[in-house]
Amino acid sequence: MKIKEVVELLNAKVVSGHDQLDAEVEFAFASDLMSDVLTIETDNLLLLTGLANLQTIRTAEMSDINKIIFVRKKKATSEMIRLAAENDMILIECDYSMFKSSGILFNSGVKPVY
Amino acid sequence: MHFEFHVEGGNFSKAGSASSQLKKILKQLNVDPRIVKRVVVALYEAEVNVVAHAYQGIIYIDIDTEKIEIRLVDEGPGIEDIELAMQQGYSTASPEVREMGFGAGMGLPNIKNNSDRLSVTSQVGKGTTVEIITFLNN
Repeated sequence: MKIKEVVELLNAKVVSGHDQLDAEVEFAFASDLMSDVLTIETDNLLLLTGLANLQTIRTAEMSDINKIIFVRKKKATSEMIRLAAENDMILIECDYSMFKSSGILFNSGVKPVY
Repeated sequence: MHFEFHVEGGNFSKAGSASSQLKKILKQLNVDPRIVKRVVVALYEAEVNVVAHAYQGIIYIDIDTEKIEIRLVDEGPGIEDIELAMQQGYSTASPEVREMGFGAGMGLPNIKNNSDRLSVTSQVGKGTTVEIITFLNN
């Protein structure tokens, strides 16, 4: 599935990385705990998280994750957007809960990591 | 090649900047992306530990054709029981650290998983030294 379809399904808003809307999404992982995110070895991962701070972006950078969806109406700060842009990431904001967002994507064929 | 980075205790807005710089360096050196990920994940966990627990620290990095050697030397409270600290789930992190998405007692075990050699030595009341070695030809 393309990331732009994810954006439509979740009625979400892209706040950074508009040039990457055609990128493919195969796997997703949902967590607020960055320590858990840092243990994932799968490449080309979409991260769903309710944790919106600079360390979310840093964690994604170290884990080679370049697609992040902030759920539960969490917003990316300008500092986060700047750091994300430096690392060619796409940042998406979504008003749905983590459970609802994950359920919609799972039903649409996005695969879990484990 | 030798690099040094200063780490400020408690400054979460800068946590990860050394790891980020190392990632750029390793990419420029054309290191295998899988090795780059292991090294920077290990360093990032260790860097966050210094920010979370110590007053300040220095990261020394030496890269040669065989390996990447990282040494984090911090001034801080030290670790009383290293064996306990290495156990998954054990943490003394503050609420502030937990708000950042860390402090679940997974850092040191994850550093171990992402390195070929890990050594932790500590002196209570003085500080902690963490050495991480990753071989390039594994």
